[in-house]
Amino acid sequence: MLLYRVFSKPQKLSIYIRQIIFEINNIGITSLPIIAIISVFMGGIITIQAAHAIDSPLVPLYAVGFTTRESIILEFSPTIVCLILAGKVGSNIASEIGAMRITEQIDALEIMGINSAGYLIFPKIAGAVFIFPFLIAISMFLGIFGGYLMGVSSGACTSYQYLFGIQAFFDPGKFYYSFTKVVVFAFIITSVSAYFGYNTSGGALEVGKSSTNAVVYSSILILLFSLILTNIFLNT
Amino acid sequence: MIEIKNINKTFGDRHVVKDVSFKFYPGKTNLMIGESGCGKTTLVKLMVGLHEVDSGEVLFDGQNFPKLSQVEKQDIRKKIGMLFQGGALFDSQTLEENVMFPLDMFTELSKEEKLERVNFCLEKVQLVGKNKLYPAELSGGMKKRAALARAIANNPKYLFCDEPNSGLDPKTSIVIDNLIKDLTEEFNITTVIITHDMNSVMEIGENIMFIHKGENYWTGDKTQILKTTNKELFDFVFASEFMKQVLSATNK
Repeated sequence: MLLYRVFSKPQKLSIYIRQIIFEINNIGITSLPIIAIISVFMGGIITIQAAHAIDSPLVPLYAVGFTTRESIILEFSPTIVCLILAGKVGSNIASEIGAMRITEQIDALEIMGINSAGYLIFPKIAGAVFIFPFLIAISMFLGIFGGYLMGVSSGACTSYQYLFGIQAFFDPGKFYYSFTKVVVFAFIITSVSAYFGYNTSGGALEVGKSSTNAVVYSSILILLFSLILTNIFLNT
Repeated sequence: MIEIKNINKTFGDRHVVKDVSFKFYPGKTNLMIGESGCGKTTLVKLMVGLHEVDSGEVLFDGQNFPKLSQVEKQDIRKKIGMLFQGGALFDSQTLEENVMFPLDMFTELSKEEKLERVNFCLEKVQLVGKNKLYPAELSGGMKKRAALARAIANNPKYLFCDEPNSGLDPKTSIVIDNLIKDLTEEFNITTVIITHDMNSVMEIGENIMFIHKGENYWTGDKTQILKTTNKELFDFVFASEFMKQVLSATNK
């Protein structure tokens, strides 16, 4: 029912477009620093772990780059970064909308004759679905770059081995799998968080509970859909 | 004109609005008074469709609001302005953006025309020059006035005010009361005010309904209220020492 109201015809398209652009900045651009930091560090960590695990002389050292690329493109960037975004963006959305609910701002929108669900939630979903793939693409690049820095500086592999590894046996179809997951997760994070925020009743305590529920349920659904999509795309 | 007929509402086993009927006239300050928790706010929320009525009619110039389609309801809501108890200003927007919001959503005015209208409304509520302030930067009285400016921005035909002077000092309360009264008369708005403040009642009460335990116990105006023989209303009106002194002075 809520989703029906969210996706019903916008009352004034220009206002919705303005809101979507605002949300792209609010949800997406402001998340770039945390994504950048985590991606570089995780790329480095994955590289060290891969190098540590490869102790057989039969496995070539370019496997370090290969493993880092596969881990980052298939799981770290699309799933783990989205779990982190569920915490940052999800709690932000739930608490923002929840606070608007308890301070009667949503009632004010309704009384003005505005579809509050559409006005508040649709731009967040559209903004996230649009900007998340770009964020994750940046995360992938920075993760692999972080792996390169750590791998070469620690002596785990040479620059040539790492660069050869990240290009070895590359299947571009995996990007299709990863970015499909990202779009689904963007929808889950924003819609689930908005649902909990929109249905908040009570006071500040309930806003906190909504925010917690938004993060918990978004995270569980992200993992569940990660499993389902992995099974669909890769288990063939 | 707004007319409510035999409105009933229950929440679980609590019957909070019991068969209430009343007429709210345009150009007059129509007051709903009663103790806290007597059902005043619920009744207003029923009138504007934030809650659904169990039975009864809410007639906005003859149109029964609860029975209208969503589109028809939205058309009526575009003619409604509402001043919430806490103001309900949008935190992320400046005062100017708050007041301009209904104009952005429902009019095709140019930016200059909208700004002109915003400044007109802010002037009406004595907030000229405060355009760029955020709600967090406003005092309680300024928030109420700002919310009133937003409520009248789109030339509403119906204005609902939920305890417009709660939490305000007596002087600011009178300013707000008189603002609402002046706007009501100037633009012939059907204004519904919820209050339990007897100062407001004596200041602007032209058409009053007293609600007690969810029922309409008494109707009249501010001159009749001082002569009431209704026990519940009498206890409500003359609860304070000040009103008791008013009563004894009137009887002398």
